[in-house]
Order: sequence, then C-alpha cells, then structure tokens
Amino acid sequence: MEQLQSEIKESAPELPENAAPAPQGEGGEVDVEKASKKQKIKKTFVYIGLYAFLTIVAIVVLFPFYWMLISSVKTVAEYELRVPTFWPKTFKWDNFALAFTGNLHLGRLFLNTVIVGVVSTILSLIVTVLSAYAFARLEFKGKNILFAALLATMMIPGELFTVTNYVTVNEFNWVGSDFGEWLALILPFLVSVFYIYLLRQNFMQIPNELYLAAKVDGTSDIKYLWRVMIPLASPTLISITILKMMGAWNSYIWPNLVARDLAHRLVTVGLRGEAFYDEILQKTNMPAQMAAVVLVTIPLLIVFLCFRKYIVRGVSRSGIKG
Amino acid sequence: MDEEKILTESTSEESAPAQESPEGAPGGKKKFSERLKKAGRWLGHSQLKAWLYLLPALVILAIFTVYPIINTVRISMLEDYSFLKEKGGTEFLVNFNNFTNVVHYRGFLTCMGNTMLLTVITVPVSTMLALLIAVGLNSIKWLKKVFQTIFFLPYVTNAIAIGMVFKAMFEIIGPVNSPSSVGIINTIVEAFGGSAVNWVNEGSSYWANMAVLIFFIVWNALPFKILVLLGGLQNVNKQYYDAAKVDGTSRFRIFWRITVPLLSPMIAYVVITGFIGGFKEYTSIIGIFDESLMGPPGSIGKPLNTMVGYIYGTINNNQGRASAAALILFAVIFVVTMINLYVSKKRVHY
Repeated sequence: MEQLQSEIKESAPELPENAAPAPQGEGGEVDVEKASKKQKIKKTFVYIGLYAFLTIVAIVVLFPFYWMLISSVKTVAEYELRVPTFWPKTFKWDNFALAFTGNLHLGRLFLNTVIVGVVSTILSLIVTVLSAYAFARLEFKGKNILFAALLATMMIPGELFTVTNYVTVNEFNWVGSDFGEWLALILPFLVSVFYIYLLRQNFMQIPNELYLAAKVDGTSDIKYLWRVMIPLASPTLISITILKMMGAWNSYIWPNLVARDLAHRLVTVGLRGEAFYDEILQKTNMPAQMAAVVLVTIPLLIVFLCFRKYIVRGVSRSGIKG
Repeated sequence: MDEEKILTESTSEESAPAQESPEGAPGGKKKFSERLKKAGRWLGHSQLKAWLYLLPALVILAIFTVYPIINTVRISMLEDYSFLKEKGGTEFLVNFNNFTNVVHYRGFLTCMGNTMLLTVITVPVSTMLALLIAVGLNSIKWLKKVFQTIFFLPYVTNAIAIGMVFKAMFEIIGPVNSPSSVGIINTIVEAFGGSAVNWVNEGSSYWANMAVLIFFIVWNALPFKILVLLGGLQNVNKQYYDAAKVDGTSRFRIFWRITVPLLSPMIAYVVITGFIGGFKEYTSIIGIFDESLMGPPGSIGKPLNTMVGYIYGTINNNQGRASAAALILFAVIFVVTMINLYVSKKRVHY
C-alpha cells in the first residue's frame, strides 16, 4: 500500500512543484518556452482550484467536530446568544464533570461498554481464528458447501436477525436477568461470517508447504496455528479487533432492545436518552449534552489516529461499519 | 520479507527438538518416510478435528443465524405473533395476514417513500462528490495525507452522537416564535444573505427535515466511498494518462473517458453497497429526531419513518408483523441489488 502510494506520487502526471516558476529552458527555442510558461500558469490555476475545493470540503467535514468541541465548554447563557460565538468567552469545564455525576452516569456506561467490547472481541477472535483455520487448512467432507452456505447468510439484512434474536433471547429469559443481559449483549452477534471469510483468505495466502513441513516435523495443528498462522495474519487480526471494539462502542439498536437498565446500558443508548433534561429550566442542557458527546467521540478519534492503517485496511474490504 | 523470516524461524525451531528425539535412527531416509506416514495419518484425523475447530462458530451461528432464518419465516406467518402472548398460551392463526397488514398499514407507504427518496438522492450525490474528491486527492502531493485523514474522520464516529451535534447545529434555540438564537447554520445562512429556516424544530416542513437528513447522510457516507475510489485510482495503470497527455486530451475528457470507465468496478461497488445501506437507513434519523416520533417535535404519524424504522416500531409488541416487514425489506434489497448488478454488468468495464 505504502509502496504503491509513493510510486503513484512519483508518477503523478503533474506535481505542485512542477507548477512553480518555470525553469529556464535548456537551450530550447523561445516559442516553446513561452508555450510551456503558459501551460504552467494554467496548471497553477488548476491546482489553486483543486486545493480550494478540497479545503472547502475539509471545512464542511471538520465543522461539526469543531462546533461540538466549543459548544461543550460554553455556559448555557452563552450557548443561547443571538449571534453564536465561534470561540467560548468563558470555559465551563464543569460540563464534562456533569456527564459523570449527572443522570447520564457516563462512568458506568463506559464500564459496561468496555466489558461488552473486550469480552466479545476476545471470544470472537478465538472463534473466528479456529473456524477460519478449519476452512483454510483442514480437509473435511462438505467443506465447500458449508462455506458457501455461510457466505450466503451475509446477504440477509441484519434487521431480520435482530427481530428473531429478540424473540430468542426473550424465550431464553435473558432479558431482565443480570447475567442473561450480558449474554444477550455479547452472544447473538458474536460470530461474523465476514471476518471468518476475511481471515480464511489471509490464511490461504500462507503457502501450504509450510503446513506440510510442520506436519512432517510432527507439529500439532494448534501449535502451527499459534506459531505460524497467527503471527502472519496479525494485521488482519488487529483490524478485526479494532472494528469489533468500535462496533460495541457504536451499537445502538440491539442494546437498546435488550439492555436498557443502568447496570447493562451501553454508551450510545444512554447518550440518546433524556439524561440532560433540566427539570428547572424545562429544557435540555445542550452544552452538557455536547460535553458527553465529546467524551464519547474523542476515544474513537484517538483510536483512529493511532491505528489508521488497520482501520482503513479492514474497512476498505468490508464496507461494514463496526 | 516478513513471511520468509517467520518461515525460516519456525521451521528451524520445530525441527530442532525432533532431531533430538530418541527415535532418530542413523538411517535418515527411513526416518523421513516414517514421518511422512505419520503426517498422513494426522491428515486423516483432520475430519474430526476440523469439526472440532468449527464447533464454537457453528453452535453460535446455528442458534443466532441459521435458526432465526427459519424462525422468521415461521413467525411471519403467525398472525400478530408476540412471544409474550405465546408465553401466555395464545394460539396464533397461520396465514399471510402479517404481510398484508404491513402493506395495508397507512404509514407503510410513507416509510417506503422516505426510504426510496433518501436512497435515490444520497447515493448519487455522495458517489459523485466522493469521486471528485478522490480524483482531486489522487492528483495532489502536498497535504495529501492530511486531507485523507480529515475526510475519513466521519467514518470513525458514532452516528447517533454526531447526529445530535447536527441537530444542535440546525436547531433554533428557544421558542420558534421568539427564538433566543436561530442556531449556527441559520446564522451562516443569514450571513450569506438568506433568511433563517426552521430545519428541525416543531412545525418544520418535511423538505427542511429531509434536507438536513440528506446533508447528514452524505457527510457520513463520504469516507467509505472516498476510500474505495481512491484505492481504485491508485491501481489505474498510469500509461493511459500518459497516452492521453501526449494526445493533448482535456482534463474533462480524461475524467469521463479514462478515469470513470477504469474505475467503474469500484463505482459499481460503492453504489451497490450505498443502495443496501440506504435501504437500511435508521440510526441517522434517530440521531437527529426523536425515536418515538420519527419526525420533528410535535409531529404525528412518524413523517420521517423508514422501513427499518417500521420494523423497530413493531418489534416490541408484534414480532409477527416485524418479521413480515423484515422479509419484505429483504426482498426489496434483493431485487434492488439484482437490478444494480444487471445494470453494472452492462456498464462496467472489467
């Protein structure tokens, strides 16, 4: 990827540097020089337009983040000014504390979300690695049919599973019981056929000779999987881990159905609730709400900036959010 | 490079203890064939072993993926099925009334219309915009990484959290008649000589709501499309461009005659996934609007409801109807995807 990018950079038809003041022709004729000068001016204009376009888009993309940040430190009075201020006059850091001490109980929500995220990520990694290995390396009857059948289930929209799984977890009496709600949050969407597929493709790229050589040496499958396959496939595994964690952080529909009580409530569900309705003012305390939104958004942005490569890899292949 | 390193490392590591084993008779060749036999036996065992490896995945998939498919079909044919009633011992009539009830429900046309409208507008707009941005990014060098990072940011956000920010930006603060502030977007609109619009508050018009939704959905959909299209552009053979340059082809012509055809598989991919995502639109609406109203405050009859919104609106009390609606959604997505594939087969150059 990196290599490819730099290759393309080198070969890009026009670079801004080329658009800079024209170098003196190497003993060429005056006409040619004039023409190339004209062309270079034209190129410069094209680049100015291009950068202007990209900058405008970048501002539109960034503006909601900026507005969220400055709104989160405003006082209610300043937030409601006739002409909104683009930089807070006073910084009210208390808004952030309110997210933890107020009705939202953000600390508890973070804890719940981290528990669900970590447990489901670890379990799903184990299950995914084992089954991807079986599909990639082991021989058994009906392998191809089973794999095709699993892939076929990917066509079905998740909403269909949500409806019946809601019936199922209720029939198991999971909703309403303490341990049951954890199970309901973690188990139903634990195994992703797409991740099995992704990892299987990755495993298949590892030469089979390696496996046979290990077999000849009497290595067990588990040892081979642990020592050879997992290290070689680690970029994919990291991608899966991050996307899975992000999924737990962002999930709303399913947790909102099965776990609404505070002991199991996840971040997004709590955020959408009425936690910031101020009884005295008879309206929502918007700066405090924005502060909570900041606290939920920032961890994701930090993770993205640290693991950009892995997120981009995973996303470009899946098109699935979370 | 890495692979080779690990390869040599692992083989040397594994073979070391084997050499020390007491079995190691001086006749190296004989030993090797014995080992091969042993390996063969191992492979024979793999029948059972494979199923053991698959067991955890298959158990979970059987309960939460395969069974639901069968169960959805079953309960969609039980009239007004709900698990609460079933626990109470109610017997359900077996018929197709859930399906006809979904279709005859007055709000269903609204849901269908909203879903179609949002999809038909946001997919082309976001694809075109993403294409322009990707082409732009591909022809610059300075600040390219910075722009790429910025454009990807909306992807790593929580649709509900950012939806709340969008609401705050478009909202009129205070009572609509005598607002204390018209909000930041309206302030910008006024700065450019327009007049303030009631975007999302009580009494706001359908089209104002839709405009906000379309803006938000496009904002949210851009990163993935830019990522895929830019990836495609970087794989385009640059010789085509060199040839066009020699011929003195205009940029506009290069874009339509070279870039778009060569990118057509990627464009087809983002359009198809865009359509599928569009038909499932739901969280962006509840990020901005109230979940129980599916519209601005004070609205009746869920004016902005979508098909997925319909499913989740009935899921608590009537899972029979919700299942029927989910199956209808599946059918619609299936048909639309087939049409997309058919069209792209004719248009896409591979």
